[in-house]
Amino acid sequence: MAKKSKTDEPSGTAPSRLVGNQAIRDKTLGKIADLGRAVAKAALSESDPFVDVPTRTISNTTYNPARRLLEMGDATLRRNLFNTGQARKFMQTVLLSKGCKDLLEARKTLSLRGMYYMSLHSIPGTKEKTFDDQEESDGILEDIEVSLATLRENLHLFAKKRGTMVGNITIVDNGDPIDCRRMGTGGYAIPSICEPSVVQFGKCDAKFVLHVEKDTVWSRFNEDRFWEKHNCILTEGSGQPPRGVRRMLYRLNKELGLPVYCLLDCDPWGHYIYSVIKQGSINLAFESERMAIPDAKYLGIRSSDFTRCELSDDVKISLNDRDIERAKQIAEYPWFVKKKHWQKEIQLMLKNGFKMEVESLITKDISYVTEVYVPERLKAKDWID
Amino acid sequence: MRVCEGGNDSVSRVLVLCVKSTQRRSSKINIGMDAHPETQSKKTVAHRRGSTAEEMSERQREISVSEFFAKNRHLLGFDNPRKALLTAVKEAVDNALDACEEAAILPDIYIELLQRSETRFKVTVRDNGPGIVRKQIENIFGRLLYGSKFHRLKMSRGQQGIGISAAGMYGLMTTGQPVLIISKTHKKKPAVEVLLKMDTSKNRADVVSETEHPEDDGLFADGHGTQVSIELEGRYQLGRQSVDEYLDQTAIANPHASFTYVNPSNERIEFKRGTNELPPEAKEILPHPKGIELGTLIQMIERTERTQIGGFLQEEFSRVSPSVSKDICERAGITGRTWVKQIGHKEAEAIYKAIQEARIMAPPTDCLVPIGTKALLSGLLKEVKAEFFTACTRPADVYRGNPFVIEVGLAFGGELPKDELIRVIRFANRVPLLYQQSACASFKAVLETSWKNYGVSQSRGSLPDGPVVVMMHMASVWVPFTSESKEAIADYDEIRKEMRLALQEVGRKLGMYLRRRQRMRNEGERRSIFERYIGEIAQATESITGDSAKKIYEALMRVAQRKTEEADAILNDEGKRVKDADPFGKDSSVVIFAARSSGELPESATESSSSRGSIGGSESLFGEPESSTDVRKPRKKK
Repeated sequence: MAKKSKTDEPSGTAPSRLVGNQAIRDKTLGKIADLGRAVAKAALSESDPFVDVPTRTISNTTYNPARRLLEMGDATLRRNLFNTGQARKFMQTVLLSKGCKDLLEARKTLSLRGMYYMSLHSIPGTKEKTFDDQEESDGILEDIEVSLATLRENLHLFAKKRGTMVGNITIVDNGDPIDCRRMGTGGYAIPSICEPSVVQFGKCDAKFVLHVEKDTVWSRFNEDRFWEKHNCILTEGSGQPPRGVRRMLYRLNKELGLPVYCLLDCDPWGHYIYSVIKQGSINLAFESERMAIPDAKYLGIRSSDFTRCELSDDVKISLNDRDIERAKQIAEYPWFVKKKHWQKEIQLMLKNGFKMEVESLITKDISYVTEVYVPERLKAKDWID
Repeated sequence: MRVCEGGNDSVSRVLVLCVKSTQRRSSKINIGMDAHPETQSKKTVAHRRGSTAEEMSERQREISVSEFFAKNRHLLGFDNPRKALLTAVKEAVDNALDACEEAAILPDIYIELLQRSETRFKVTVRDNGPGIVRKQIENIFGRLLYGSKFHRLKMSRGQQGIGISAAGMYGLMTTGQPVLIISKTHKKKPAVEVLLKMDTSKNRADVVSETEHPEDDGLFADGHGTQVSIELEGRYQLGRQSVDEYLDQTAIANPHASFTYVNPSNERIEFKRGTNELPPEAKEILPHPKGIELGTLIQMIERTERTQIGGFLQEEFSRVSPSVSKDICERAGITGRTWVKQIGHKEAEAIYKAIQEARIMAPPTDCLVPIGTKALLSGLLKEVKAEFFTACTRPADVYRGNPFVIEVGLAFGGELPKDELIRVIRFANRVPLLYQQSACASFKAVLETSWKNYGVSQSRGSLPDGPVVVMMHMASVWVPFTSESKEAIADYDEIRKEMRLALQEVGRKLGMYLRRRQRMRNEGERRSIFERYIGEIAQATESITGDSAKKIYEALMRVAQRKTEEADAILNDEGKRVKDADPFGKDSSVVIFAARSSGELPESATESSSSRGSIGGSESLFGEPESSTDVRKPRKKK
């Protein structure tokens, strides 16, 4: 782990491209200093110090139909020190702000886990630790990100890598050219930070992007050389795609003009993955602008596929109470309300009373999904928007 | 240990064995000297088998009470060796206490258990009571159902005159050893030592030997007293229903007595006196007409020395005035002048019915001597290490013509076990009841009280759980036991109702205390939460802005103090500042040891103070705020 250093020009190797430029760094540092000064001022005047954290809930999220993405509202939640329910979180907020400041000054980057460890210690005189687990620290870091109206990347933080890609494209990652056509069985691991300063696109012949929900399905497509046959890019996000994958998809769509098609499970969670890719997440609504792909299409699988593809009863997975509740919630999201196809799709799923995974298509034939299902859907332009 | 006491020798009318004929269970012991209902009925039923009435009559003879009990010793609490040991101690101690109180002497009681072999013990109990005159010794210790307490309605521990003689008889039967009694009635008189051997067939005792001690033998420090030693087969075991538990509880209910107990391991345990005030003497009362059953009424009519029925009713019952007597007679179709001799079974029945219909004032209740709230508290205080104590004495009520008083004491917290069911300790006329808990009215009353309302958790149909001891005392001229061995109080509606009301009263006080304690804890916790994080915040802020961490720390600490002080002064329901509104300030039925209330706080906070609150001027719950600065508790995980 990087050692803290207060000098502006750390000795040794040149800072990584992830560190970004001086101007952004100074701006971010300034914002952290503002936060610190507000706390110090409140403390020295013997009043109750606080941080205002924009709320990241559905109630503070609005759908902008013109831009077709989610936007964060203005609502904030005041986090006070002198409130038993908030004191600990307040302490953590100040502590992690200080951690980010040290990191920026050291011109290094850290994973979220690294930052968790950097700020983790026992509170003197107690057995209590500053954080119970990384989850607690991750949540606070997101709070800081929105409170300072900055981005995680600008705080020099990145998440654990998740997601893979392969296809007819060459990528330059931190200066290294990477040919995504020659990635073997494993594929190129999509980095957690996909900013133009780090990742640039080289030669690209692909005509579209096919995003699948998880690794197992992705492996099937890769083994069948689907991307070669259909001249596309094949990505996977291990469930709900992390920011890196979303940013990559966004840039492929925006900068290279590639349409994005999603192949996800037929269940409320699959539907919400699509929703996040398309118009942004509720939790990170402030980032939708640089991540949402309003033109992304939902290829499948769909509730009607059970009869259309003549699947056996064995692939049915009964909806549980949570699924049903979630499906109803999703159907009521403003960005779904006016979409008749989606309302029909969700209603049919509820009526069926079961969900299906993409893997259920394998019961037809090992390569049914790559050789029949997806090509047919694409050809017929049979997707929901 | 004596059942007879100065001046009250009118005792020796021998009994119609209505040990409980005033109770409902008369059939069990109905083998007295004058009635043999069972054998009578045999005559008519059994002769078909071949025996003639004449043959049978040869085998029909009187059964002595002693013989009956020798065979049915479980009725008296001698079912097994363990219980026998306890019962012997209990009977001797009960008698000792009764004697001392009647003679207005503060009891000093010495109990010794000497283990002769694995199963053989010598029980010695010595008191500083008035002693027993020589000629009564054989009667009191040698005869069953000989005593001063059965024939009167007066609150006392013993009732039937069975206990101590039964213990002696049990000892003689199991070990063959006679009972040793030493009695000294006056400083200037020598003590008498008598060895007694029961003759069960005659219900009488034979004197084995008799010696005189020199005047200054020093056995009785006060110059008078009685000592009884019984050798018996028993088993000594600690825990529930042990001699030790019995003595613990007796000490609680009798704070005016001191006990010295030497256990079989030869360890000396002292139970000190909690108060020097003797309880006032209980008054004797006449039976109340409504508490009498027909059979008893007939007996009383047969035995009375009155000649006319009006006089009989007025003189032999309480609360029967001339007008009430007239009312009863009219309802029974007779007049007050009717001769008692002329009353036959039919008339008696009419009178009995008339009594039930007549309006008669409830019996007097000044004959009862409850332990009293103050003494209850002092008893609990000295034997239970808890943080909160409260007690309540209900006004007297009446069941079946017998006045009674219910008292409840409650102790909470402190060193009481937290994860167990609460403990109910039961007393009848200051005697602990150790067996048959679940058959007892008091136990049922505890069960049916909704403890959840008072902050104590309770699963459906079981005792609540938590660090609580509930003490239940019933004082009455006649405690309705479910059996002769006096183990459980019978379940009369009136009794159960009073018990429930008493429990609710102490429960409310406990609830009040717990809520307040919780609020106080919350305050302390709030403060400590803030203070815990202030250091971190100060340092991180210094690192961001360069302001002095020390200054920030000090400033924030001042805010924390102020914030929690403000919270201390939250207004309560009555609009007063909670700080000044200690609800128990003037309540003498509550004692709180704030120092012990810190069961969950670090040891340093609990160990330091062993100061005890004084009764009446109870320590304020808010007297000493817990110094939360030093108390850093790990925060509960979300």
